[in-house]
Amino acid sequence: MTQAKDITNAADAAKERLDQYTQEMVQWHFSPETGCPYWLEWAKEADWNPLTEVSGFADLMQFENFDDEVLRDTDPAQFIPAAFKDKPYNVFETGGTTGMPKQRIGWEDYKVDYSEFSDFYSDDFFPKGSSWLMVGPTGPRRLRLAIEHLANVRGGACYFIDLDPRWVKRLIRDGEYDMARKYKEHVVEQAVTILKGRKIGCVFTTPTILEALAERISIPQAGIKGVFVGGTTMTPQYVRFLIEEVLEGKVNFAPTYGNTLMGLAISRPLSVEDNYSLTYYAPQPRAVLRIVDPKDSSKGVEYDSYGRVELTTMTKEFFMPRFLERDEAIRRRPCDLFPWDGVGDVRPFESTKKKVIEGVY
Amino acid sequence: MSQVRADLSQEHNLMEDKISHLPVLRFGEVYKSLDTNDLGKVLKSGARLEVSVANAGIIRRDKLLIEKGREALRAIPTDTLLSYAEKAADIYLDGELPFGIDDETQGVADYVNALSELTGLPHSLCRSNMFKVAAALQNIRSVLAGLTRGLPPELFDNGCARLGDIDINFYPMADSLGVTLPSNSPGVNSLWLPALVMKTPVFLKPGREDPLTPYRIIQAMIQAGFPKEAFGFYPTTHEGGDAMLLSCGRGIVFGSDATVKKYSKYSNIQVHGTGRSKVLIGEDMANEWGKHLDVMVESVAANGGRSCINASSVMVPSHFEEISNAMAKKLAGVEPKSRDDKDALLCGFANADFAKAMNEAIDDALKTPGAIDLTAKYRKGPRLVEKHGQTFLCPTLIACSDPDHPLANTEYMFPFVSVVERPQSEMLDAIGSTLVVSAVTEDEDWMRDLMASPDIDRLNLGSVPTNWVQWEQPHEGNLFEFLYRRRAIQSKTLKIA
Repeated sequence: MTQAKDITNAADAAKERLDQYTQEMVQWHFSPETGCPYWLEWAKEADWNPLTEVSGFADLMQFENFDDEVLRDTDPAQFIPAAFKDKPYNVFETGGTTGMPKQRIGWEDYKVDYSEFSDFYSDDFFPKGSSWLMVGPTGPRRLRLAIEHLANVRGGACYFIDLDPRWVKRLIRDGEYDMARKYKEHVVEQAVTILKGRKIGCVFTTPTILEALAERISIPQAGIKGVFVGGTTMTPQYVRFLIEEVLEGKVNFAPTYGNTLMGLAISRPLSVEDNYSLTYYAPQPRAVLRIVDPKDSSKGVEYDSYGRVELTTMTKEFFMPRFLERDEAIRRRPCDLFPWDGVGDVRPFESTKKKVIEGVY
Repeated sequence: MSQVRADLSQEHNLMEDKISHLPVLRFGEVYKSLDTNDLGKVLKSGARLEVSVANAGIIRRDKLLIEKGREALRAIPTDTLLSYAEKAADIYLDGELPFGIDDETQGVADYVNALSELTGLPHSLCRSNMFKVAAALQNIRSVLAGLTRGLPPELFDNGCARLGDIDINFYPMADSLGVTLPSNSPGVNSLWLPALVMKTPVFLKPGREDPLTPYRIIQAMIQAGFPKEAFGFYPTTHEGGDAMLLSCGRGIVFGSDATVKKYSKYSNIQVHGTGRSKVLIGEDMANEWGKHLDVMVESVAANGGRSCINASSVMVPSHFEEISNAMAKKLAGVEPKSRDDKDALLCGFANADFAKAMNEAIDDALKTPGAIDLTAKYRKGPRLVEKHGQTFLCPTLIACSDPDHPLANTEYMFPFVSVVERPQSEMLDAIGSTLVVSAVTEDEDWMRDLMASPDIDRLNLGSVPTNWVQWEQPHEGNLFEFLYRRRAIQSKTLKIA
C-alpha cells in the first residue's frame, strides 16, 4: 500500500515537473529571442497562441500531429533556434528512409541523452574503461556519435562496423533475399574480425545482427559483458531467446526503443512477472511517449491496451509535438524507476494486419 | 442460482481456460515458446489447442548442433532402424502418445477428431491418410529398396556396398533434411519418413492446420526406438521456414507456383508445387472409355481432391461429350456429409473465406467463353455449400471446348477437373509440367513417348488412378538421390565392401 502510494506521489511529481518543463520549452521555442524560424512562422498562421495557452503538457493537444514530412521538405536551418544561431550544428538523418531523407539538427542533445542512459547502468553492467563495438547504422545518423559518446563517458573507445539500413530495405523490397543475406554475412564477418582482434567489452547492435554474431562466436567467450540493442521489434519470446541462448544467460542486456527524433527510451529491468515482455520509458521530460487511439490520437488508450505510439520531443534544440510513430505498443503503468507511463511490446503499427519490412535493421 | 448450477458453471469456466499446449521439439526435447498460435477448441476434452511458435533463430542455432542428431542415428544399425520404423506403424495407428506438455497424451480417436476439426477432412479420410502414413512405415524396406534400387541397407552403416563385382560408395550430401509441410493432406508426411532410416535427422515445420500429424509420427517413431535427437519439430513463421530450408543441408517445401519460383534457384531445396496431375486417354482405349470411368472419377475425387496426385485434368482424343457428362454425373453424386459419416468423401474448408474466394475465381474464369461447369446440371444446388457446420465446395467438372481455356489446366484443393479434347499426338506437347500422368493406353509407341517425356514426374501406365501408390517407386523425386551422392571408389589392396 505504501509502495503504491509512493509511486502515486512520484508520478504526481513527475507530472508536475513535465507540466512546468513543457511550459518552459514552449516559451523557448515560440519566443522570437530564442525560437526557430519554423515554429515562429507557424505561430503567425495559427489561430491560437502557444505562449499564452500552454501551461502544461495536456495543452499540447491543441497542436495537430506533427507531420514528419516537414523534416524532409524543409531546410534544416529553419529549425535553428535563435539562441543557437551562430553555433555549428550536426545534421542527423533518420534510419531507413529512402528518397530525400528526413533530417533533424542538433548540438548537445545526443550527449545529454546518452549520458543519462549511461548513468542508469552500473559500472559493471557495461564495464567502465571497456572498448565498445558498434555494428549498426553509422553514416549520417545520430546513433554513431551517440554510441561513441557513450563509450567515451564510460572511459572507453568505440570501433564501428557500418550497416546501411536503406540498402537492406531496398534489397528486401526487391525480393533480393540472397543479397540481403550476403550483406548481413559481410557485416557480421567484419564484426567477428574486430571481436577476435581487439579487446571488446561492450557491443551495440541490432537484435538480428546480434543473433547472427552468436551463430559465429560465443558472445560471452568473446569477452563481451554488456550488450545494448535497439532497432527492431522484440517479442517476449525473442527477448527470452536472446537472453537465454544468444547471450547464454551470461551477458548484461539492455534493450532500448529509440530513434533520431526521440533519443532513447530505456527498458525497465525484467522481472519474473514480466515474462520477458519489455517496457520502455521515454527520457521524460525531454521526450514523452503516449499510447493513443489510432482513430483519435487526442485520446489515450487504457492501461494494458495496444494503441499507436505518439512522441513529443521537447529540448532547447528541437521541438516536435505529437508525432505519430509507425509503431504500436501496450500502454504500461509507471514504475519505481520511471514514474510515468511506459510502452510495452512495441511492434510496427498494424503489423498484425499488413506485411512490414524490418530486415536486419 | 442453485449450488449445483453454480458448480457446473464454475466447471464450465475452468474448461474454458483449459489449454493443451503442443510444444516445439528441439532434438526431441520439449520447448514451450512464448509465441503461440491458438487453434481453438478442437480437442475432445474441450480444451483449446495452443501451439508453440519457434522464432527463426532457434532453428538456426539448433542446426549448429545437428551433429548430435547425426551421431544418435549413426549409432544404430540401419536394419534396426528399419525394424523401428515397422514397429512405429502400429504405434502411430493405435498408440496413446505423448502430446503437449505436463505428461499429457493423445489417443487415436482424439487425434482423428482434432485433425478433422483443423483440416476439414472427414474422419474417414483422416483415417485413410493415417493408413497411408502407417503403410509407408510398415513397408519401409520396400520404400528404401525402391529409392536405392535394391542396394543393401548396410550402405547407410558404412557408406559402401558391393553389387556383383563392383564396390559402390555413397556419401551423405546433407547433414539434415528440413521439410516445410502443408496442411492439406496428412498423408504427405510419408515423404520424409525414409530420411530417418537413411540416418538423416529431420527438421519439420508443420502446416498451420496440421501440427498434429508430424508430432504424432515423431512420438510413434521415438517410442519405437528412434533416438529423439533425430527429430526437430518447429511450428514457426515464414521466416522460420526459410531459416529451416536455407540452413539444413537439404530442404523440401510444398507450395504454390509462387513457392516454386521463390526457391527455384536453390539446388538444395526441392519444391513440390502444384501437381496438375492428369489422366490421358489413348486413342486405342477411347471407345472403351466406360470401362475407365471409375478410374477417372477416383483420380479426381479420392482423398477429397486434396492431393497433388489428384487429377485436375482429363485429356480425351474423342467422345468428349459422353465422357464429360458421365464423369460430371458421377462426381455430382459425391455430396457433403458430416465429418463423422463413414461414407464422407468431401472435405470442408477450415477457412470458409478461402472456399468462397476459390468459388468466385472459378465463376470469374467461366466468363471466358469455351468452358462450362457441367456438374452444375447434375448437382442439387450450388457449388459452394454450407452444411453440417462446414463450408464445402462440391465436385466440379469443367468441360472445356476450348482446350486452351484458363481452367483447362488449373488445380484447386477439392475435386475439380477439366475435360479437354485433343488428338493423342498433341497431348504430350500440351500437358506442361505434370506430377502424375495416368495414361490409359496399350499403344506401345505412345507408351515409349510417354516414358521419354520430361514433363511427367510419375507415370502410371494402364487403367490406374493417379493416386495409386506403389511403395517401390519413388514419389516426387528420389529422396535417396537427394540426400546421397555416389562417388568413384577404388582400392588395390583393401577390401572395401
